[in-house]
Order: sequence, then structure tokens, then C-alpha cells
Amino acid sequence: MNRSPMRRALVAVASVAAATLALAGCSGFGGGGSSGDSNAKTTISWLTQNDAPTVAMAKAMISGFEKKYPNVTVKLDTQPAGTQGDNLMKTKLSTKTMDNVFYYNSGSLFQALNPKTTMVDLSNESWVKNLDKNFKQVVSADGKVYGAPLGTTSAGAMLYNKKIYDKLGLKIPTTWAEFIANSQKIKSGDPSVTPILQSYGDTWTSQLLVLGDFANINKQDPNWATDYTNNTGDAKYVNQPAFEGFQHTSEIVADGLVNKDYASMTNAQAMDALATGKAAQYPMLTGSMSTVKQDNPSNMNDIGVFAIPSPDAQYTSLTMWEPNAVYIANTTTGDKLAASKNFVAFVNSPEGCKVQNTTGSAAGPFATSACSLPSDAPSFISDIQSYLKDDKASPALEFLSPIKGPNLETILIGVGSQSTTPQVGAQQYDQDVKAQAQQLGIKGW
Amino acid sequence: MTNAAVRIQPASPTKTPGLSGKKKGKGLRSPYPSWFYIPAAVLYLIFFALPTFSSFYFSLTRWTLFSQTFIGFGNYVQFFETPALTQGFVNTLIYGFVTSAAKVVLGLALALLLTGATFGRGYLRAVVFFPVLVSTVGVGLTFKALLDPFHGVVNNVLGFFNLPQPGWYTDPHLALLTVAGVDIWKGVGIATLIFMAGIVAIPSEYFEAARVDGASSWNVFRNITLPLVRPATATVIILSLIGGLRSFDLIWAMTNGGPGFSSDVIASVIYKQYQAGFFGLSTAGNVILFIVVTGIMLPVQWFLNRREAEL
Repeated sequence: MNRSPMRRALVAVASVAAATLALAGCSGFGGGGSSGDSNAKTTISWLTQNDAPTVAMAKAMISGFEKKYPNVTVKLDTQPAGTQGDNLMKTKLSTKTMDNVFYYNSGSLFQALNPKTTMVDLSNESWVKNLDKNFKQVVSADGKVYGAPLGTTSAGAMLYNKKIYDKLGLKIPTTWAEFIANSQKIKSGDPSVTPILQSYGDTWTSQLLVLGDFANINKQDPNWATDYTNNTGDAKYVNQPAFEGFQHTSEIVADGLVNKDYASMTNAQAMDALATGKAAQYPMLTGSMSTVKQDNPSNMNDIGVFAIPSPDAQYTSLTMWEPNAVYIANTTTGDKLAASKNFVAFVNSPEGCKVQNTTGSAAGPFATSACSLPSDAPSFISDIQSYLKDDKASPALEFLSPIKGPNLETILIGVGSQSTTPQVGAQQYDQDVKAQAQQLGIKGW
Repeated sequence: MTNAAVRIQPASPTKTPGLSGKKKGKGLRSPYPSWFYIPAAVLYLIFFALPTFSSFYFSLTRWTLFSQTFIGFGNYVQFFETPALTQGFVNTLIYGFVTSAAKVVLGLALALLLTGATFGRGYLRAVVFFPVLVSTVGVGLTFKALLDPFHGVVNNVLGFFNLPQPGWYTDPHLALLTVAGVDIWKGVGIATLIFMAGIVAIPSEYFEAARVDGASSWNVFRNITLPLVRPATATVIILSLIGGLRSFDLIWAMTNGGPGFSSDVIASVIYKQYQAGFFGLSTAGNVILFIVVTGIMLPVQWFLNRREAEL
């Protein structure tokens, strides 16, 4: 007797579940283009990354856009960045379930998405003429432009605490030997200050001394990237000049110049230590300055930037990263395509630039002349601009070659924690590069 | 559907039901009509057989999600050239055998304790089994926080007593063993449960007879308990060894195979290749893992079962 209410409840639960599933199924197919009535509202979707600063800027961008185009609603979707995000991107594009507009890396990761078959050609849009020539190249395939920049360029460089440098009377080093000498002076000057920060708690941060050294390699051998891509010449990491990055990664730990918790420190902890003067120098992307803006805003102007020094002063130059971009998936058609193009244009319009400046955190100059930095931009950006002005800068390798081995960060942690020699690490990475080149089907491998 | 109607006939009440002596000549006819198997067979084909065989094919291709090229055994060659693959294999074996051995020893000890007349037995049994019920990733992240070399509870306590504070999962020499230790803590409950069932199943007459003969506790354990829980031991070894050889979740949650490659096992090497988008290469890795695990487990199982039969 007392079973039947129970059974009824189960049936009720089951039918609710079934109805929910059916509804979910419907919404999956609801994305088809509905054209016709021009007064009808168009809804487009925008996929971006799920970290808090990116989402905050995305929301501000959407509300600005919807104010300007009241007939368009933009739905925000997010997903993680990093390798998981890379695979999600590829899956969504190849199964034709990508959002109308999506935000993603430029350069080698953009090329891996097969833009010719998955994205809308935007070469004839009005904002293209404003693009910086380096940036235009890293969102183009076969001469067609596919993306508009969102965010600023950034440098992969040595961030340093200017107060510590002033107190010890140190000069900006132009060679690696000077840099090590400075670090030794910092160590002996005040043992409580960490000369160089490393933060293997966030594994990607281990790569800076190799990736940020690329401008120095490029200055010494301008054909290095081409040789590396085509598997010609000596352009391997086991050979100099590229090998120096592996040596440096190992050397600073072996010489006892890094923080003792380098194996577990995170990027945010390291930025905090640098901003508050607990540490003096940190090889890092200037994009991480957004952490300082959020956590230690009063210390923003205590941090300066210099290029990771080459062993030879004449080659020392700054490695630059291009911003990510917004692209349109080629599954977008009709009203949605028109609305998506307007949205991409809005990002590079004066209103869009204002949103980028107020909600974002500039890490360097913009990649388009449509946007300009605010007058109160932090002082480290002028350090970057002086390298650009002197023509002592180069884009990072990932913008000049499609090949980047996926295991670089892991290999460098092995080298940095002294469980692998720099020589073996470089060999492992060359092997990793070979695997990636073969996977991409590049000729000559 | 005529086919189905014809097949139903043997099961109709006028004829002798399925497994009578007369039917044996025709082989083992099932008591169920063939269409009865179709749903299960379709599910099996779609979700198990098809992926298995297509994975053998894809392991021979260079496969991006957009296209695929047939490259023969190239992936297998490349898989064996993967950086630190040897270390991954060695780590897998160390991890599998260390966790399996520790679970046998600790599980048996705990089972003896918990089947004896101990104070609060029910409570202690629950406590030992509790970690098994918790999510592996949750356990991994919790221990990562507890074992943090500078801010973790464990090292703070060690520091308070002026003991050395090792970098549990940041020291390349220690990371794998730390994860293995957490795995043992989490998995020993199952081993204990199996051993307890084995011990309880031993007839009490043996113990009584031994006591009458004046056997010491050690003798009782050595000559009665240990030989008679052999089936339980075999089960624990097989389950924990298979679990250990293909373990991944705990390692990934705690160290991501790091620092460097020092706690990488084959499964995490393969996972990283998937992450990198090397789909053909990692499928080849999975085929190799399948062969290796089978190659280890078949002899082990054969050996353990043979000894069981002899008893």
C-alpha cells in the first residue's frame, strides 16, 4: 500500500527529467538563422575565456554594443584557456557548433584552427586598415585577414622592482653576465630579498627565459625562425644561440638566486612578492601586471621592464606578444553574420577602445591605431615603447612559426629543478618540436 | 519481424524448455529468443566494438580533428621516442607494485585488527572504509593543500617539532611516492573489506583446534589465517595492481605528472598527448598501454588462480 505514492513520485520525477531532456535537445537545435523581419531582434553568441578579468571586459563590451545596436542581443559563453580550451575550440569548429563570434589566440594557435575552412574572411572590413602590420600578419592566412585585436600587445621580459634597483644603485643590465652580477648584489645587499622569482606552481611560467629570449636569437640570426620551421640549418634548441635559454633556466636555480619555494609558488604570489619589494626581478609577461593592478594598485609604478639580456649586449632586445583576437565562425550567416561583423567592428571602434581601456589592463601598446592608451597608463609601458622606438624588439617565435612543442613548460621545470641537464632538456624539446611539426604536416620533417 | 516470430517458437510452452537433455545435441541453445539480444548487441557494437576497432585504425593515422592521414606505424615509432617515456614506464611499474604491496600488507593488518574483538569496531570499520567513498580528485586536491611544502598543515607541524620539511610533491625524487602514499590511504579500505570477508569466512573450528593444541597467535596467523585468505589476497592483488597500473586521476590532480616528468605514468603521458592535439599518437599510446597491462595481468592472474586451485 505505502509503495504506490512512492512509485507515483518516481514517475513524476522521471517525466520531469524526460521533459527537461527534451527541452535541452530543442535548445541545441535552436541556433539556426532566422532571417526576414528586419525589426526582429537578432541574437548572436560570443565565446570568450572564463578568467575573471576577461569576463568582466566581455560584459562591459556587450553592454556597450547592445546600447549602440538595440536590435541585437549578445549571449556570452565562456570556456577555459590553455590546452583544454584549444581542444574545445577545434571540436566546436569541426562539429559546426561554434559560437558566432569567438575570442582566441593569434599566431600559431590561430593557424592550427584551419582558418580557411572554419572562419569568415574579414579582409574588407573598415577596421583592417588600422591594424599594425605585425598583428595583421598573425591573424592572416593566405593573405586574408580573419581577426580583430582585443587587448594590447605585451612583452615577455624581466619585470623588476625599481625601488630595489634604486636603493642598491643598480643599472639596467644589457648582458646576461651583468644581470647575474646584479642578482648577486641583491642577494648580498639584503638576504631577505629574492633576487629572481620562479613560480613553477603555475607551470606555464617556467617558459619565459626560453620564449622571452627569442628576440635575442632573432637579432643574431634573422633567418632562425624560417630555418626552424623548415627543419634546415642549425636552428635547433640544442645549438646556440637558442640553447642559452635552457642554460639560463638551470643556472639561476643552481646559483641559488631564486626563491626557495620556486617549485610551488604561483604567478599571482610572485607578482605580489615583486610589487611589495620582497623580490627584485621576475621573468614574466607584462600581461601579469593586471594582477598587480587588482591586488597592489599603489605599487603599479614601482615595477619596470627590461629585455631578457643576451650574453652579448649588441643582441639584447625585447620579445613581444601580439594580443588575442575576435573571429567569426563560418557557420554564421544572414542577420547573424551582419550583427557579428558589427560586433567585431565595435571592438575596434572608439567606444570599444574605451571599454578596453577602462575595464582591461594595458600590458603594452595597442596593435591597432584605432585605439590609444589612456594618459594615466602605468610607467612600465613607456619602458616597452622605448625598445620599440629603438627597433630593439621582435615578435615571439609563436608568431613567426606555426610550431611550438606542447611539452616545453614540463621540460623546463625538469631543467629548472635540476632533475634534467639543460643539454638533455634541449634534446627533449627538439624531439617535441619534431612531433608537433609532423602533426601539423609541415614539409621537411 | 517474421524472423523473430519463428525464433520464439522453441520457448513456447508446448515444447521442452531450453536446457533439457535432448537439446544438447544442437549446442547450447539459449532460452531467450534472438531479438532479445539485439538491443544489448547494438549498444555493445556502437559503444564498445566500433570504438575499439576504429582506435586500432586511428592509431595508424596522423589525425587532427579536421583531417587524417594514414602513416602506418609512424605513431608507434614516435611514441617510443617521447621524452621521458622510459621514466613513465618505470614510474607506472613502481606505482602499481608499491601501492598493490602496501594495500595487501596494510589491508591484511587492518582486517585482522577489525575482525578481532576491538573496542569501537563498527566505528573503526567505517573510518577505514570512508576514504574509498570520497572523490579521487577531491582527495588529491585536499592532500595537495595539506602537503604544501611551505603553507601546508603537515610541514607546519613537522616544523614545530624541528623535523625536516620535505617538498612532498615538489621534490622530483619524492613526488611519485607521495602520490602513491595518498593512493594507499584512499584504497586500503577496499582491501581491508575484502580481507575481512576472507577472514570471517574461515571456519572457527580451525582456530579452536589450534588453541587446544596450544598454538601461539603468530602460529595461528601463519598457518591458518594466511593460507586460508589466499583467495582474498589474490583478489586484492589483482584489483589493486590493475588499478595501480592504469592509475591517472590522483596523479593528475596532485602533480600533473610533475615536477618535470618525475611522476609521469603512461596514462598521464598519453593524456598530455591528447591535450596537445596528437590524437593519432595518443591512440597508439593507448593501444600500447592495453598490451602492456594485459601482458602483466594475464600471467599474474594465471599464477594466482593456479595456486588457488592447488589448495
